[in-house]
Amino acid sequence: MTGVDTVTDAAATPDLAQPYAELGLADDEYAAIREVLGRRPTRSELAMYSIMWSEHCSYKSSKVHLRQFGDLPRGERVLVGMGENAGVVDVGEGLAVTFKVESHNHPSYVEPYQGAATGVGGIVRDILTMGARPVLVMDSLRFGDADHPDTARVLPGVVAGVGGYGNCLGLPNTGGEVVFDPTYQGNPLVNALCLGVLPRDRIQLSAARGVGNVVVLLGAKTGRDGIGGVSVLASATFDEDGPARRPSVQVGDPFTEKLLIEACLEMYDARLVEGIQDLGGAGLTCALTETAAAGRSGMRAHLDRVPLREASMEPHEVLASESQERMLAIVTPSNLPAVLAIARKWGVLATAIGEVVEGDRLQVLWHGEPVVDVPPGSLADDGPVYERPLARPADLDALRAAPAPAHPSTGELSDLLLRMVASPNLCSRRWVVEQYDRIVLGDTVLAWPEDAGVVRLSESTGLGVALATDGNGRYARLDPYAGAQLALAEAHRNVAATGAVPVAVTNCLNFGSPQDPEVMWQFAEATRGLADGCRALATPVTGGNVSFYNSTADVAINPTPVVGVLGLFDDVARRTPIGFQAPGESVLLLGETREELGGSEWAWAEHRHLGGVPPVVDLDRERVLAQVLVAGSRDGMLSSAHDLSDGGLAQALVESALGGRGSRGIGARIVLPAGLSPFVQLFSESAGRAVVTVPRSEELRFTEMCDARGLPCTRIGVTDGVSLDVQDVLLLELEDLRDAFEATLPALFGPLAGDTAPANPLATAPATGGLHHG
Amino acid sequence: MAARIGVVTFPGSLDDRDAARAVRLAGGEAVALWHADAELHGVDAVVLPGGFSYGDYLRAGAIARFAPAMTSVLEQAGRGLPVLGICNGFQVLCEAGLLPGALTRNASLHFVNRDQRLRIDSTDSVWTSGFAPGQELVVPVKNGEGNYVASAEVLDELEAQDRVVARYLGANPNGSARDIAGIRNAAGNVVGIMPHPEHAVEHLTGPGTDGLGFFTSVLSRLVAA
Repeated sequence: MTGVDTVTDAAATPDLAQPYAELGLADDEYAAIREVLGRRPTRSELAMYSIMWSEHCSYKSSKVHLRQFGDLPRGERVLVGMGENAGVVDVGEGLAVTFKVESHNHPSYVEPYQGAATGVGGIVRDILTMGARPVLVMDSLRFGDADHPDTARVLPGVVAGVGGYGNCLGLPNTGGEVVFDPTYQGNPLVNALCLGVLPRDRIQLSAARGVGNVVVLLGAKTGRDGIGGVSVLASATFDEDGPARRPSVQVGDPFTEKLLIEACLEMYDARLVEGIQDLGGAGLTCALTETAAAGRSGMRAHLDRVPLREASMEPHEVLASESQERMLAIVTPSNLPAVLAIARKWGVLATAIGEVVEGDRLQVLWHGEPVVDVPPGSLADDGPVYERPLARPADLDALRAAPAPAHPSTGELSDLLLRMVASPNLCSRRWVVEQYDRIVLGDTVLAWPEDAGVVRLSESTGLGVALATDGNGRYARLDPYAGAQLALAEAHRNVAATGAVPVAVTNCLNFGSPQDPEVMWQFAEATRGLADGCRALATPVTGGNVSFYNSTADVAINPTPVVGVLGLFDDVARRTPIGFQAPGESVLLLGETREELGGSEWAWAEHRHLGGVPPVVDLDRERVLAQVLVAGSRDGMLSSAHDLSDGGLAQALVESALGGRGSRGIGARIVLPAGLSPFVQLFSESAGRAVVTVPRSEELRFTEMCDARGLPCTRIGVTDGVSLDVQDVLLLELEDLRDAFEATLPALFGPLAGDTAPANPLATAPATGGLHHG
Repeated sequence: MAARIGVVTFPGSLDDRDAARAVRLAGGEAVALWHADAELHGVDAVVLPGGFSYGDYLRAGAIARFAPAMTSVLEQAGRGLPVLGICNGFQVLCEAGLLPGALTRNASLHFVNRDQRLRIDSTDSVWTSGFAPGQELVVPVKNGEGNYVASAEVLDELEAQDRVVARYLGANPNGSARDIAGIRNAAGNVVGIMPHPEHAVEHLTGPGTDGLGFFTSVLSRLVAA
């Protein structure tokens, strides 16, 4: 073949200048490759090293910090921990679940619909790779200011992409997060989570073993889309020409993925697969090297057998393509006909492209001529590892010492509450979640606006799981160690509020450039905080993802560790909803309220103020609170439970009232205890709290349980009527609160289906400035 | 013996297992049917489930109608076999010509999933005979192409012949003509409905159990026959 750079050519022309820097490799990294190979790499090899040694694939800057998660006690439920595509947790009854969250930030800025869609597709394949049927997706989304013109481009596209892909796969999306903050203006965060279920004994691993076994490529044809996705898009900072990178974004085809899922599951059930790996970022390069490296096997792949969309593709392009909806399976020769038959049944392309061979080399041939001949471990495991320098941000002391804005008077709280529930970060997410199929598969027990998504795994016993994701970039900016723990604590609390027992953690760590020592310090602090938090709560980390280079023009985003917590239900029938269930029930506040407004939603929404210190973390308290919430559910004492977080007690009361049974909701009469000012009691964001309702008949039993466990429990009122009446402080009709709560996103992004356009509440706000009241 | 209701799985069907569950909860036996198999295995009725058959890439339901299983469904529906098309199944029935009109992109241009109030307008079909005329239900709707359109003559005829089986109450989620949520053929054995009754069969997972009536209606008819 003319023009193709073969291994023979590489040996013959050792001094050929190679464009390694353009591919994102440093001088010393290129030198290391030459040393591993004993010659210059071929063009294909260079492409493979640039991909596998990229930040995205090699975790070269984060590895030394992530080891802390691997050092945590695994607990007896974890069947597969860190290192595989996703962790696997034993849930009993012979079943296991696997779950993981992953970022697709940069592609979603460049091309919102496809970036978000393929983010869902990618995480779903990770779950499928473990042998599981995907049964739930969630997404954690962060955008610039709600009223910024570019948010009007990015948000609708991302939401439609998440929905378009997940809906077409038939996976319920139980919600997630939507956060607005100018820190994400040029760098939105799209973190997608998927959970799958599998019989305990059907776990699939990636290792390619067994000389003579066949390497089968399943799924879509390979095209030029997505080349450079991980090494260019995900491993470098955006400059001003962000959207010019559009050709690096992959294009998704959920229908093909749906067929791929069904075909793979049928193969797993028939025990036809020895090893399997999805093709995601880094495509065939990653799948070939990781399966070979994990099996400590040799492998030979015939690249010219890969079905192509464009016949003119060169070998290095075939290796680097990030075309979606592909899997690589290792099967025995005797099982090959059955594998091909199942693929044919589902209309999935399946092609034998190689075989497991003796030795420890990965050899890739192009029309019989070797274009790659490398030790696979050198790509997959022996990439560079950096101990990046750390520096505490120079502005941090000033930020933490910044004086808080003046508190409003009690007389101002009624108007304040109406503004707060309408503010972009606290208002209804209906506009977003109505675009997601939340009920397909028929096992969704709780979805937005509940605290966590809950799905049933067994119709006969009610076995099920709960899942919540949380993160707060403002808290983490003020204190990354505490910020990561607060994200963990909130997700833990959300899961427990539904009645589920928290058991395991996944995370998506979104940060700026690792080459910035101040960012690296934030990262080191956040991982240390999360590891310490997981140890304290006995919830092991089973997997996760790091996303660096979330910066625009050298300004890093607020550090944003997003934490997902998995909880277990013996029977989902006992789930606790957030909404008030009946009038005349006691409203109890669990936990302690302190004056903690640093990094709060109030300071931000009213004053655009970010300063002070975030709320104190007390993980022992979180643990006790969770135990009480679970015990209350198990013993049938709780009618409703809602965690307190952004917006404090006021926001939680509004959401529980509006979400109350019946079309109008159920109100409450609240009497705030003496002590802190009404403003602080209503808007402080102290952690370790929840608001619950209990029938009068259960109140004594419940409060005695709290006393016995040392959990502060304060009776603050009673459910009643259709208004929120905080005695001597404010009195608001639920109808008015609902109007304020629901209007904001439709006003910004278009009316809900079937509605006429509502007035824009932001446009009609006082001239003193939209969101910036005060 | 319980009546046997087939649920056809096309490539891209999504709510097939859910429809089978609804059949079981209503007291029937669910039989899985495969799109490429012309054999309907002697089922007493057929459900065409929701989803995105063939990715909806041409037009929703446009390719599914050519599946071998659909050839058999068409033929037997002409002889009175009860057929219920839900969401994508409704689209398939329109593409196949068993029902008039078409389902187009939602007026909002967004996919919409919400619990929807409906009113049963015609109980003169095998799938709605168990409801009271005018009965109000809450059943989830979830679709991107649920906007029912037909010529004014067809709409007038549907109404004149009492063939609108259900209408949306409150906000119309997809812009459907005359708030139509579902229609039937003249004989009353074929019904297409955009909302998902199979997702309103358990208090635990749905807004209630209002959807069960579609399945119990046909089952009581089959037992009586």
